[in-house]
Amino acid sequence: MSITAIHKHNVIDMHDMQQLVPKLARVKSCFSDGPDVSTIEVEMADGAPVDYAPGQFNMLTVFGVGEAAISISGAPDGSRLIHTIRDVGAVSQALMRLKPGDQLGLRGPFGVGWPVRAAQSKDVLIVAGGLGLAPLRSVLYHILAHRVQFGVVTLLYGARRPADILYQSEIANWRESCEINVVMTVDHADVEWPGRVGVVTQLIDQAEFQSQNTLAMICGPEVMMRFVASALVDREIDAENIFLSMERNMKCAIGHCGHCQFGPNFLCRDGPVLSYKKLRPLLKVKEL
Amino acid sequence: MAVEYASMLSKHAFFKGLRSEVVDLVAGCAQEIEFSAGQYICHEDDQADQFYVLVHGHVALQIASPGRGARTFLTIGAGEVFGVNWLVAPYRWTYDAKALDDTKAVVLNAVCLRRKCEADHDLGFELMKRVMPVLIERLHVCRIQLLDLYLKQN
Ligand SMILES: Cc1cc2nc3c(=O)[nH]c(=O)nc-3n(C[C@H](O)[C@H](O)[C@H](O)COP(=O)(O)OP(=O)(O)OC[C@H]3O[C@@H](n4cnc5c(N)ncnc54)[C@H](O)[C@@H]3O)c2cc1C
Ligand code: FES
Repeated sequence: MSITAIHKHNVIDMHDMQQLVPKLARVKSCFSDGPDVSTIEVEMADGAPVDYAPGQFNMLTVFGVGEAAISISGAPDGSRLIHTIRDVGAVSQALMRLKPGDQLGLRGPFGVGWPVRAAQSKDVLIVAGGLGLAPLRSVLYHILAHRVQFGVVTLLYGARRPADILYQSEIANWRESCEINVVMTVDHADVEWPGRVGVVTQLIDQAEFQSQNTLAMICGPEVMMRFVASALVDREIDAENIFLSMERNMKCAIGHCGHCQFGPNFLCRDGPVLSYKKLRPLLKVKEL
Repeated sequence: MAVEYASMLSKHAFFKGLRSEVVDLVAGCAQEIEFSAGQYICHEDDQADQFYVLVHGHVALQIASPGRGARTFLTIGAGEVFGVNWLVAPYRWTYDAKALDDTKAVVLNAVCLRRKCEADHDLGFELMKRVMPVLIERLHVCRIQLLDLYLKQN
């Protein structure tokens, strides 16, 4: 084996080295998805398709600025590579400013995604908060493409304000198609908002599912995910069947540097999606 | 009529598990009421002598603010209740409530209910046991809204 570096107790081999080098990609199209949020479609410069599973992420590089972990929010059928980005700092802002034709670096896909196979023949409850809908959209696409394999599918989505609701026209289509139940709420309404106001945990009572045969997928701010997961346990969904997508700073994204460590897990390698059964004790540890 | 209300109330999530004789007592204070979409149900600072048990539709709880119109801070749906102000003096509404769609409720006369609770502390305790979780839940929701979790910095 060609050993090129040793870091802590981990051995970095040639394959790892290749995974650390960004490949050249290009922005194909981009559009605004609300204030401070953009969705960009990316293609590899060499035209190679990128295979990924719903819930996985890529490391995107803006040359001269830096690299950030960004979930894949497109359909996992290899046709389009889509990312939704919110401007929170240097890299995300630079990503949002990219225009069609601009180059960027891409490493990935990385991580363990949503347990779509385990969800088959079950009712599926998808709970998204804010930008958390982005990594869940790819699982929704997967479910819609294989609809007969799943039971009742419900999306509960909470956003800050009506203007912050992602993928608005697509959500309207989902609602109309009746393939999935969609219930939304906002934390803060404006005068025109005709829908629900309150937090996403309150929507759980609106969802129809058979607790013993339901798999739940949750993504959003960690505080929101904690309360949703514990409310689902109260509704008798087994902690083993509740999955959360966790977020910690990523650097190497291949399980070597330890930046994303969360208890015994490296979220880039063992996650970002993990079961609530595993996460529950860790979520109680402050500052972890 | 009271029998009909008792049957409606016993099916409602708020009264779930309540003994039938206690439901009958509550039903003695009940009346069915309907609101059309856009209609105001109560107004801030009015006397809170009604307790609404929502059977169908949605209600927005709002506080009007100058220059910014009516701001909805919470919506209530079927299976929920609003108007717990009936329990505590000075029995005054602290918000406006507006039907978002055609809405049906059982309205409980709070004067009647308070009198019955004073006379029968078991009834009072049963109702308290149901009102408290609602208040705790609303307080929790309010905290989460205040934390503004979806804000960039959070
Ligand atoms: C698996 C995974 C998937 C992700 N998917 C997405 C996605 O789909 N879309 C998306 O937009 N983001 C996503 N993220 C988040 C994104 O990777 C991070 O927000 C990333 O840090 C953005 O980099 P930045 O340079 O723009 O911001 P940074 O400069 O890294 O800042 C990010 C946040 O950290 C705060 N911060 C920065 N420095 C400090 C400091 N010293 N002390 C305290 N706080 C600080 C900032 O205020 C800001 O809120 C994902 C993250 C993970 C782990
Ligand atoms: S980012 Fe380096 S170990 Fe996960």
